[in-house]
Amino acid sequence: MSLYLSIAIIALIFIVIFQIAKASEYVSVLKGEEVSRKQNNKINGALMIVFMVLGFVGIYVCNEYLFSKTLLAQEAASIQGEKVDQMIWVTLIITGIVFVITQVLLFWFAYKYQENDNRKVFFFAHSTKLELIWTAIPAITLTVLVVFGLRNWFFFTGEPPKNAMVVEVTGKQFGWIFRYPGKDAVFGKKYYKNIDPAVNSVGIVWDDKLAQDDILTEQTMYVVKGTPVKLIIGSRDVIHDVGLSHFRLKMDAVPGIPTTMWFTPKFTTKEMKEKTGNPNFAYEISCDQMCGNGHYSMKGIVEVVTQEEYDMWMAKQKAQYLVAFPEKDPSNVPAAATAKTTDSTAKTAVAKM
Amino acid sequence: MSNEAAIIEDVHVHGAAHHEAHGHDDHGHHEHHDTFLTKYVFSQDHKMIAKQFLITGMVWAVLGGLMSVLFRLQLGYPDASFPWLESLLGKWAKGGQITPEAYYALVTTHGTVLVFFVLTAGLSGTFANFLIPLQIGARDMASPFMNMLSYWFFFVASIIMLSSMFVETGPFSGGWTAYPPLSALGDASPGSKTGMDLWIIAMALFIVSSLLGGLNYIATILNMRTKGMSMTRLPLTIWALFFTAVLGVLSFPVLLSGMILLIFDRNFGTSFYLSDIFVNGVGALPNEGGSAILYQHLFWFLGHPEVYIILLPAMGMVSEIMSVSSRKPIFGYMAMLGSLFAIAALAFLVWAHHMFVTGLNPFLGSVFVLLTLLIAVPSAIKVFNWLTTLWRGNIRFTPGM
Ligand SMILES: [Cu+2]
Ligand SMILES: [Cu+2]
Repeated sequence: MSLYLSIAIIALIFIVIFQIAKASEYVSVLKGEEVSRKQNNKINGALMIVFMVLGFVGIYVCNEYLFSKTLLAQEAASIQGEKVDQMIWVTLIITGIVFVITQVLLFWFAYKYQENDNRKVFFFAHSTKLELIWTAIPAITLTVLVVFGLRNWFFFTGEPPKNAMVVEVTGKQFGWIFRYPGKDAVFGKKYYKNIDPAVNSVGIVWDDKLAQDDILTEQTMYVVKGTPVKLIIGSRDVIHDVGLSHFRLKMDAVPGIPTTMWFTPKFTTKEMKEKTGNPNFAYEISCDQMCGNGHYSMKGIVEVVTQEEYDMWMAKQKAQYLVAFPEKDPSNVPAAATAKTTDSTAKTAVAKM
Repeated sequence: MSNEAAIIEDVHVHGAAHHEAHGHDDHGHHEHHDTFLTKYVFSQDHKMIAKQFLITGMVWAVLGGLMSVLFRLQLGYPDASFPWLESLLGKWAKGGQITPEAYYALVTTHGTVLVFFVLTAGLSGTFANFLIPLQIGARDMASPFMNMLSYWFFFVASIIMLSSMFVETGPFSGGWTAYPPLSALGDASPGSKTGMDLWIIAMALFIVSSLLGGLNYIATILNMRTKGMSMTRLPLTIWALFFTAVLGVLSFPVLLSGMILLIFDRNFGTSFYLSDIFVNGVGALPNEGGSAILYQHLFWFLGHPEVYIILLPAMGMVSEIMSVSSRKPIFGYMAMLGSLFAIAALAFLVWAHHMFVTGLNPFLGSVFVLLTLLIAVPSAIKVFNWLTTLWRGNIRFTPGM
């Protein structure tokens, strides 16, 4: 019912506008074409100034109401993010100045130079000097932006510091899997045909000795405040994207082609809860690449903690190898049997697989 | 046949060189009777074809616009329920809320339709067809028949795209960029089943249409200018439409090749884009060694020039309208022309700026940063020249202005 009503109202508005237009057409015929055209030209000229003022007021009002809702109003939570914000501000300020100047000139010229019988048009078809000036100025400004941007680009895409921890991130429809290398600090091999959603979600090759202490977790990634973390990113099925908006970074997760990204978190999750005044604050990993019907729900969490908290959490994690083969887990085997299950039998069991 | 009449008239303008070829139809000039079919439907008159493009483009603009109204309603009020949506969309909006698959399908179709069908075919098809012959003083296009084909390929593409909205598994829903593996694997998303096949077919036909049109525009501008209309006297609108056509002709085939590889991956078990994939509920796929990023290179090699396929006609028309309405010549014609050329040339060298987060080689990325920002220089020249064109003019606010 309300649908038909709104359609009727819209139709009515159209008819009213149409009738007004028609009426004004008759009026202009009565007044004489030329007179009314000149009158309209004046109105349009004045409207140019009105539009400019309204436009700038609109920008100001939107900024007032909406800026606090943008991420830019929130301090970036990583060293890299600081630099990204810096770049955005520098770019916004430079382009903002150019925007205001050109818009003011555009509307001002349109108003000032509206048709006037007393003015003769100034014939001005070409000026190499002027054109050189406004080729050079943008070129110089851009050089500044390019140099600034490229320095950051090479910092972001360069190698992380030596003390960086490494986490492997794997996207899947629709969630995130994290692998920690365990005590040996080296990831074991993986092969996608080994994937078993129940116990081996990334396809670890169990034969690989280095893989046997690898730890798998889902949905939540623990990292340490102040310690650089390097992510090795991949995907199991389609392209996903590790979007870390609070850290101002993102990187695609591509099946078959590992990508990397590193960052240094500045605040723990707890600190962010206080900073934002939001007790439910969580660093979100949002999938930033359309990946299927569950794309909207593909979220993960980055838990930034202190080194002690991290060590405590890590101590509680069990190597995935032991999850996949509970019989190999010393803590599962009754005390009497433990004596018999020596390391060597475990090895032969692995070799037979 | 109206085209033969047009060609005959053309012969009078351009001399008798072509006369032999069409000599058999001399009477066509006098017996000028069009049926409804040849005048309005299978017309070979550039003005009528322009109107056909305009109307089809407008229909798509309205449809595509309404789609965005629907999904933005859902986006703006994620928890609200609109019962009328269910009566409109049926199972796509169970309980008055648009389902995720319908949401993504609407976003995808909206994007595809507006970028390609409205802003490419609708824009270039309308203005290039209408303005080129009129502004260069030609009777019609170089090949009116090809021109007609161009529209009808577009029309068939439109019908197929529209029909993809009504298949059981839904239209394609992986975004207008159609990145594989999502677009290659029917098991990864229901929209990638029949809907994607129809999407590819529609896009392939659309590309054929745009190539037929583009070749025609280029040939017409190069060969059919009237006496005295040298290339450096061409209206800037025509120059812009010329560069637009060149961009399309050079970049659309690359997208087509990308889509053909996609068809192979989808249907014939090849691994151009597929590698190391495990699909939930299906298991590991046999494909190894492909690169999902390859498609993105092929796509954006068109995708970026596409931005200028959309923008350049507007830039050309703005130049023309501003100078005429200010009743001054355009300021710096050669600089305007040079910047159009620079933009068109750079448009081919910046595509990977859409791929900075794909794990691109950092050095390669830096080159694309530089080239991308370089485009700002010719763009700035254009803006300043427009402002100078207004300066000390005598501006009439015509509807175009
Ligand atoms: Cu995803
Ligand atoms: Cu681009």
